[in-house]
Order: sequence, then C-alpha cells, then structure tokens
Amino acid sequence: MDDLPDILPARPLFPAGQKKQLPPEERRIPMKQWGVHFTLTLLGFAVAIAVNRWVKQTANVVIKTYTVAGFPLTFNTLYRLIIGGLLLFYAVSGLFSYSDPERRNKFTSRAPFRLVMGLVLAVWDILGTKLLLLPQPFFPGPAKILEPFLMEANFIWENILYSLRLFAAGFTLGVILGIGTGILIGWFPKVYYWFYPLLKMTGVIPAVAWMPFALTLFPTPFSAAVFLIVICGWFSIASLTAQGIQSTPKALFEVARTLGAKTPYLVFRVAIPQAMPEIFTGIANANGFAFTTLVMAEMMGQPGGLGYYINLSKVWSAYYKVFAAILVMAILFSLIMKIIGLVRARVLRWQKGWVKE
Amino acid sequence: MNKESSASSDGILKIEEVNRTYYDDDGHRVEALQKINLSVRRGEFLSIIGSSGCGKTTLLRLIAGLDQPESGRLTLNGKPITGPDPQRGYVFQQGGLFPWLTVEKNIAAGLKARGVYRQNKDLVAYFIQLVGLQDFAKSYPHQISGGMAQRVAIARALINNPDVLLLDEPMGALDSFTRADLQDKLLELHRENKTTMLLVTHDVDEAIYLSDRIVIMTPRPGRISEILEVNLPHPRHRGGTEFLHLRRRILEKLHLASAMPPPEYTI
Repeated sequence: MDDLPDILPARPLFPAGQKKQLPPEERRIPMKQWGVHFTLTLLGFAVAIAVNRWVKQTANVVIKTYTVAGFPLTFNTLYRLIIGGLLLFYAVSGLFSYSDPERRNKFTSRAPFRLVMGLVLAVWDILGTKLLLLPQPFFPGPAKILEPFLMEANFIWENILYSLRLFAAGFTLGVILGIGTGILIGWFPKVYYWFYPLLKMTGVIPAVAWMPFALTLFPTPFSAAVFLIVICGWFSIASLTAQGIQSTPKALFEVARTLGAKTPYLVFRVAIPQAMPEIFTGIANANGFAFTTLVMAEMMGQPGGLGYYINLSKVWSAYYKVFAAILVMAILFSLIMKIIGLVRARVLRWQKGWVKE
Repeated sequence: MNKESSASSDGILKIEEVNRTYYDDDGHRVEALQKINLSVRRGEFLSIIGSSGCGKTTLLRLIAGLDQPESGRLTLNGKPITGPDPQRGYVFQQGGLFPWLTVEKNIAAGLKARGVYRQNKDLVAYFIQLVGLQDFAKSYPHQISGGMAQRVAIARALINNPDVLLLDEPMGALDSFTRADLQDKLLELHRENKTTMLLVTHDVDEAIYLSDRIVIMTPRPGRISEILEVNLPHPRHRGGTEFLHLRRRILEKLHLASAMPPPEYTI
C-alpha cells in the first residue's frame, strides 16, 4: 500500500558469485531510532482511529447501520476496521523488519510519511464528517467515502469488473496490434515507407477524439470503447517497437548469420529481444493513456464501469460515491502498474541498469 | 610442416585472385584488397597481420560470407562461399554476445540458430566446461569480464563444429594478462579440436606466439606482402632468440610498408 506505482524493479538481481551488500555501518539505523519510527508509524493510525471513535459528530445526521455477513456495521466502524488493519499490518511488518538491517532501513525511512498519513486522515475526519466544516456534499470525510462499499458493494463490484474487462480487452489487443505493426514497420522498409507517416499523424490525435466515430461505427458501446483503448495503446507501442527493431546493431545480425540463423531467427530471437526495453517503454506509456481513455469512454456512454459509476453518482450529488470510485481507481490502476512493472523487471533482467551495483 | 610442398593442393580454404574495392565518404576509390591469393591448410593456425586499413578484416569478412568480392573466387572444401555459414565460425572484435541471454544460452544460440538444439543439448555443458566458465553459466554478458565474453563468443562459434574459425582481433580490447590467458586458451582449443583457425591481429607477438604461418599485409592497396612460416615448438617463449628474430623481421616489413624509418630495436 505504501508503494507508489513504480516501473522500476522491486527486486535487485545479483550476479553469480557476488554477495549481497549491506549498507555501510554508518548508514544503518540504530535500534533506538527504529523504536521511535515504529511508534510514529503506529501513532498516526491510532490517532485516526481515536478521532473517529471519540470525537463527537456535531451535525444531526443519522448514520445507517448495515449488516454484513451477520455483523452490524456503520461506515465509521468499517473505517476504523480498515485503519486498524493497516495499523496491524505495519506493526507486524515493522517487527518483522527488526532483524534485517536492510528492511529496517526501508521501514524507518517511510515512518514519517505514515505518521502524516494518519494525522491527515484524522484532520480530514474532523473537518469532513465530525464538524462538517468542509463544503458539503462535495467534500465528505474519509469514513463517509466508505459507505458506498456497505450500501452497494455488489453494484460497485460489477462496475469494477466491467472496467477491468474493458481494460483487459482493449489493452491486450492494443499491445498485440502495436507490437505486431511495430515489428512490420521496423523490419520492412516498404512498410515503414507507407505506414510510418500514417502512424505519426494519427498517433498525435487523442483517442477520445475518435469517440463520435467509434460510437456510430461499432455495434456495441463496449466494442466502441475497446476500439478507443486499442487506438491509444497502438500508437505508442507501435512506434517504439519499430524504433527498437531499427536500432538493432548490425553486428548482432551478422553474429547470428555466421551462426547459421535464417530470417525468422533474426526477427524473433535477435531484433525483438533487442527491442524489448523500447517495447516496454511503449507499453508503460500506453498504459497511462489507456486509463484516461477508459474512464472518459465510460463517462460518455457506457452501460457500466467506474467512469459510469462516477457519472451516475454525480447526477444524484452523491459525491462520497465519486470519491469511492476514485479510491478504487487509485488502488486498481496502481496494482496494474505494479504488475506491468514486475513483468518488465522480469523480462529485462538482463539489462545493466536493473542490477544494483 | 611436412605438408608444405603440397600446400596448394591440400588447402581447405582457397582464396584466388580476390579484389575488393569500395568508395570512402569523399567518393575516393579505395582498393581494400588487390589480387589476394591464399591457401589455408587444414588444421593450421594462420594469422593475418598488418596495420589498420590493410584490408585484413575485409578479407576475413569475405571468408565469412558477410561481404562479397568484386572479382575472384573463395572456396571452402572446393565449394564456393556465397554467404555466412556455421561452417565458418566468426568471433567478432567485441564478442558480439546477445546481451539478453545468459552465458549458457549464448553458447546454446549457436545450436539454436541452426535449429539443432534439441539433439545436441549436452554439448552446451561441454563447451562451457571447455572455456572454463562453469561458475558463470547463469550470468548475463554485462556481468562478466571482456576476456570471459570472448571465451563465450569462441565457444558459441565452436559448438557448431566449424571447419574454420575466423577470429577478428578477439583480444584487441583486453588487458595484457587476460590477453595472454586467452591466447593460451586458444592454443589449447586448437590442439584439442584441430579446428583450422584464422586470426586477424595487429599484435606481432600474438601472431608469432600462436601461429603456424603469418600472412603480412600492407595497405593501399591491400595486398599480401609475405607469408612466413613459424617453425617453433609450443609452448613458445616470448623472449627466445628465434621469437625475437621473427618479431624484428615482421616489424621491419610492416614499417617499410608504411614508408617510415624503422625505429631501432634493442634486443
């Protein structure tokens, strides 16, 4: 949770025969300092829970109790449960980090951030839910944002699945198409001559500009949205794949040919692996565009999805639901970025930069 | 050395009347190779030496089939050379390893490129052993030293069991200790595999230390000026009288060619 979605590999790789290096003595965190940071981490969340539990709500609002799996829950209890879960998680991982100097360093370095996170939640809770000082209904408190998950969990889940399906279909197709055309453009000078200008011109057009066209051309809104996501992935992946293929050093082809390689080997075993770093840059770029296009498309004419959910909630001025959807997006998209980052680190583990030296 | 008399008929690799010209950036015609005639004997270690621009790498590329001659004939075992072939293994100046493959897989690439990997899987371990890189089988090229990279490149070419191994200054970028080490490795491989080896180099000592014969080339136009027999037993002593005598002969030849006064050699 505390990780920002990063593309960089999480795990350093060590060459055979070389030992893992510990940080130098002076950079290691002493035990006492670790104790302070451990307390700070837990303190922030504890404050957030305490504020939610014991600060009185001034406004006369009925807080509805829902029954989840036999347990009565209000959004406040759910909020406290989640923060409590975070607290527990960090307590365990903190204790776990105690024995390993490297992990201890990592844990302590993030402690101030966690403290502030807890305090911000507490202040937001007071202003948003407890005292209603923030303009309502536009800025609900953090606990209130969780209410939709109690109210209509199934409906949210359906919309998440719709978004995921749309993303999976569009993005997979975009990647396949992008890499495919990229290889053709990069490998065959004729294809490059005729299609690269086209790619360059259409590539700068934001995918959503095609929306009116897509909605009339495709039979279902779903396929229209898939088309838009494909378009925005296709350009960046195709052009970077083509660049990667073209940048293959001539010497590598010569090496392969002296080993007896024919054209298929040159394409699939030399040019494409060589282009992998560029292909992944293209995929990472496309990923960002794809999220934007996905939500836009959903907000402008889809029968489901998180964008649709935002639109629907906005109509009823249920801004806490809008925030709920945004929260889901933050988590979901971070996860997708993380997965792509992991795949990338795995595929490109041969590159020099991926090794901590 | 008793095959000397039948050298021309016994040649595994024959180069006859080969010419190669190209045009430089200013449009000047450059005679990279002029009337090259050379017959390489089966199993010999032959070095081609010359200053830069004498066409030695061009000649090696023609033999590899990476380049075509303007005129003349190149044949291996009587068959004309038309393009690259694993029969003629090639080791490039910088090794040319595939950076995305481990040492092990780079060596296996020699088999995979020909599509014969499945039948010959066991060879990979053997060749890793042969070049002494057992501990680095799973390392990537950027994790190993330049000398090791060259060993991998040599193993990768040898795994295809070539008739001729072409070596294009494989030791040019190595420090002198690694270089001496790799030279001994090459001799060892040559002794064990009996592969014909053609080495392009500009290092006179290296040529004498390794070769059965040395071809001296001179630039503008690229020509063979002399072919020397090296009749010294292995292991050769780099400070021996005959070694130094040969060394001086070659250096004089090279310096005469570049029209510079020969420096004084103190032996």
